[in-house]
Amino acid sequence: MTDANTIGSPLLSVRDLQVTFGTREGDVRAVQGVSFDVRAGETVGIVGESGSGKSVTANSLMRLNFGADVKITGQVLLEGRDILAMSEEEVRSIRGRDVAMIFQDPLTALNPFYTVGSQIAEAYEIHHPGTPKKQLREIALDSLAKVGIPEPKKRIDQYPHEFSGGMRQRIVIAIALVNSPKLLIADEPTTALDVTVQAQILELIAAMQSEHGSAVILITHDLGVVAEITRRVMVMYAGKVVESASVDDVFATPTHPYTVGLLRSVKSLETQRHSRLEAIPGTPPSLINLPKGCPFHPRCAHAASLGGRCNADEPALQQIGRSETRCHLDAQTLARLGEVRA
Amino acid sequence: MLYFVIRRTAFAAVLLLVISAFTFWIFSALPADPAALTCGKNCRPEVIEANRERLGYDRPILEQYGSYMKGIFAGRDYGEEGASIHCSAPSLGYSYDRHECVTTLIAKTLPVTASLAFGAFVLWMFIGIGLGTMAALKRGRWPDRLATGFSVIGVSLPTFFLGLIFTMVFIIWTGLLPFPQYAGITENPGKWFSSLILPWFVLAIVSAATYVRMTRNGMLEVMNEEFVRLGIAKGLPRRRLIVKYVMRAALIPIVTIAGLDFAFLLGGALVTESIFNLPGLGKLTLAAVVNSDLPILVATTLVAAVFIVVANAVVDVLYGYLDPRVRVK
Repeated sequence: MTDANTIGSPLLSVRDLQVTFGTREGDVRAVQGVSFDVRAGETVGIVGESGSGKSVTANSLMRLNFGADVKITGQVLLEGRDILAMSEEEVRSIRGRDVAMIFQDPLTALNPFYTVGSQIAEAYEIHHPGTPKKQLREIALDSLAKVGIPEPKKRIDQYPHEFSGGMRQRIVIAIALVNSPKLLIADEPTTALDVTVQAQILELIAAMQSEHGSAVILITHDLGVVAEITRRVMVMYAGKVVESASVDDVFATPTHPYTVGLLRSVKSLETQRHSRLEAIPGTPPSLINLPKGCPFHPRCAHAASLGGRCNADEPALQQIGRSETRCHLDAQTLARLGEVRA
Repeated sequence: MLYFVIRRTAFAAVLLLVISAFTFWIFSALPADPAALTCGKNCRPEVIEANRERLGYDRPILEQYGSYMKGIFAGRDYGEEGASIHCSAPSLGYSYDRHECVTTLIAKTLPVTASLAFGAFVLWMFIGIGLGTMAALKRGRWPDRLATGFSVIGVSLPTFFLGLIFTMVFIIWTGLLPFPQYAGITENPGKWFSSLILPWFVLAIVSAATYVRMTRNGMLEVMNEEFVRLGIAKGLPRRRLIVKYVMRAALIPIVTIAGLDFAFLLGGALVTESIFNLPGLGKLTLAAVVNSDLPILVATTLVAAVFIVVANAVVDVLYGYLDPRVRVK
């Protein structure tokens, strides 16, 4: 649903997002200066290991970061309005109506004490108070049918525990989409599901997206999932976006050593049967004690060749072809980084 | 659901039968001779033996139990000093010490205990859940510290100590309340209230302490649940979120414990009743212990057991109603 005033300007515009959690051990700098745009109806993937800040970024978009000591700075502009600057009541009215979220674990995301029908109806009723009960039920029935729950008339009065994991995720999706949100954030929507169900859920998200015209931010650690439904990908590492490109470019010509490492660590049919899976050496850095310079340098094979630059200065974003990447290597090397793949 | 209720009721009935048999057996196995207790201190052995025969204490224990059970359903006659006294059903025995049917004694004392238990229960649920909720919502700030502090004090204060302090402060020093003299709610509501207000608070404060902690911890735990996050992501107003999502989930385990605590209290609050001079079941039991009045002890034990068993059954059914996951189809 791209109407006149959203053409040109993005639906969502994140500027220099910083999220810090205060802990006893020190400040955890989970997200450090993330900026990106999402246009109406677009699908964007955010990929990274656990601890890369991808989920924290997603939660900040709806101000769902809780805990005793969270500090969020920067701007999250939804159609020009800064969500981070809104009052609690204003954010509440946006949650579930303009921005909705699909959670990782469908087994725990639904309220066990209410029927699935009432939970879908509730999501609608919150933002449309005074809707007659009968109409709410119709809406819930309709939503259940649309997300592919068989026999919705029978299932509407059942409780979450009477559904399988995949079915519950469909219900979570139904709840998220009942108000046709402008932006749908899917935080690892398939991670907790069986492989066979994963593809179905991704297809459903894609189908629902085209029906409701929502933009989608898909957060995952799985490059395969990203390839399935997104066009544009951001690769996050240690709280920063290290590479931003189209899906095709990321797979064909990755321009960041970390992305290359990620791609190599995925097993494919072409992988030799007895060959070792290539893993990125080392572990992600602690977000309390980040390494100086490029946060990836302790694990990067190229760091030595740059003679100390990597552990001194932070690399800036540079444009390589159609991709943006955050690396000290020169443009020519980066453009050909993917070719070295064995 | 109906099937579940029926099954649960049947189970409770069987359980009660077993408990009654066990109680009956326990008290008959005591070294105290029930026949000797039927006549005064300087009783001649012949009289004791005669009484034993007349009252059936010489019969096998199973037969005694049989006539006891029969008495519960059909009433029973008890002979005393030539006269025959009829205790109508449900007869729980006859107290030779007090010269009264045990059922009559219980009927007199139970309303007192029930008044005490009910008032205290309402009060402690209010205080417990109220303070607990406040503490959970204001975690780490002064309302939390206040509630947690109250909880620690409440848990560590024994009933008799708090009871005596209250008596001293409110009755003796300030004279805010008259010295407690119980009256039935129907005959003198004012007196009923003034005699119960202090014991209510004593019991409530001591019991509420646990509920403050349970409510607080339960709510904090639920607040971390994913479904609560989804509730927030839906855009639920805070109040609705707290009530429908957090409290609903957090209070279910509390219902279980509350039901049992209430039933336990109905069986007689021995200490509180003694301190505040309330003629309830607890005091009746205490007096019976002192006087080795076996028929009363058997009966009060049974009555307390009935409350516990019934409360258990009610809690089970309620649990099934409150939590769809344990509901039996």
